[in-house]
Amino acid sequence: MKKIEAIIKPFKLDAVKEALNAAGVKGMTITEVKGFGRQKGHKEIYRGAEYQVDFLPKIKIEVVVESGMVDKVEETIMQAARTGKIGDGKIFTIPLDGVVRIRTGESGNEAI
Amino acid sequence: MISAGDTAWMLVATALVMFMTPGLALFYGGLVRSKNVLGTMMQSIISLGVVSVIWVCYGYSLSFGPDMGGIIGSLQWIGLSGVGTDPGPYSDKIPHLLFCAFQLMFAIITPALITGAFAERMKFSAFLVFTILWSTFVYFPVCHWVWGGGWLGKLGTLDFAGGTVIHINSGVAALAAALIIGKRKGYKQEPFYPHNLTITVLGASMLWFGWFGFNAGSALAANGTAAIAFFTTQIATAMAVLAWTLADKIFHGKPTTLGAASGAVAGLVAITPAAGFVGPLSAIMIGFVAGIVCFLAIMIKEKLGYDDSLDVVAVHGVGGLWGALATGLFASVGAQGLFFGNPRQLAIQALAALTAIVFSFVVSSIILLVLKKTIGLRVSEEDELQGLDLSQHGETGYYLW
Repeated sequence: MKKIEAIIKPFKLDAVKEALNAAGVKGMTITEVKGFGRQKGHKEIYRGAEYQVDFLPKIKIEVVVESGMVDKVEETIMQAARTGKIGDGKIFTIPLDGVVRIRTGESGNEAI
Repeated sequence: MISAGDTAWMLVATALVMFMTPGLALFYGGLVRSKNVLGTMMQSIISLGVVSVIWVCYGYSLSFGPDMGGIIGSLQWIGLSGVGTDPGPYSDKIPHLLFCAFQLMFAIITPALITGAFAERMKFSAFLVFTILWSTFVYFPVCHWVWGGGWLGKLGTLDFAGGTVIHINSGVAALAAALIIGKRKGYKQEPFYPHNLTITVLGASMLWFGWFGFNAGSALAANGTAAIAFFTTQIATAMAVLAWTLADKIFHGKPTTLGAASGAVAGLVAITPAAGFVGPLSAIMIGFVAGIVCFLAIMIKEKLGYDDSLDVVAVHGVGGLWGALATGLFASVGAQGLFFGNPRQLAIQALAALTAIVFSFVVSSIILLVLKKTIGLRVSEEDELQGLDLSQHGETGYYLW
């Protein structure tokens, strides 16, 4: 099994969630993060004092999937999260040792 | 014979001015970093406590008590002895105690204004002592000189609601404080942006609302003068909002909400000494110039490099000075200024302003330097990094996570 972490633009969250649901991924965890890659930040001015804000708000989505599903899930997220403009984000795929459902104690693919 | 109408209005006006202190707490609170929000607000809120007590004990007596040589009031009214419900020497239409309460609200907010200059780095204990000493040795005397039967009032100084007594006084003390306490750690190196401008705008709105009590209430009656002060307050503030917003667009590219809120406060400050003495058209000009002049004063501060964190000098010091001088130019109701045929008034206004500037700067500096050498003014470096909320008060403002 694998863990997929996707950094996306915040307003794309709903679209990505719906697309993942439709693709068979029912559960996910999200975190509000800040970051930048090639997207430039912006300038803010408060009473004449200028601040360059480089860290932009993003959403990190974490999902755990069976290894066979990785390509499909990556494709799903890409389609839903893409705008074509710089700052769309990245998808990371990470090997996962195990997963356990707390309520029942199930492990392995049954626990996904 | 007290007037029910005047008394009713003044009771409300007194409450309106009280409301300005929590408004100030929010205005300043939103401008600092979140780790200091409570510490900043606490400095305003605690003033409500501390100043009220010393006012009753001796403050009112020194400020407004029977005059001694034009310099200070006597201690005849210590503990408010003799200050009762009969109309007092300052108005024959409202109870003396009510006049005392109204003036107390002014005494409370004035030291709270200064807190903006040393935001995010002053020790709470030192702040308490400073508030008591500053009120005693700067506010009460200057208040007496202008309003309490002292020499500046006798000279003919016009200060309808406190341009000199409150704003120049606190604005200049703020300069002394910024210079003596020194800059915040990381000033100009790290970004210090306002953590919550929504409460800053709310605070500015509360100040605007309460200021109707501050200015119109200074008529001490529910009458035409109060109506004039009410109206000039609104129009000057409105113009200052527009002026600052325009200046923002011209100099920085975008009209900002913080600019609009700051403009409002600048306009309110400037119209304060003039409110009951000028007409609406004069108020328009006073407000517009205030917006521009205070905006430019901040740009000058940036060039000079001192850390007056929340721009008390630019808004209250410079705004108050403009207002005091503008009163000498535009007075036309109950007194005449330069533009209405009386150049002498401007000279008197300038003298009073200069006196307050020198006196406040010198005495505030002495107080601050004494405290710096004895109990210390600043929090430790660790505490400053951790934030006032945790280090001074053991609290966190926001549990968002």
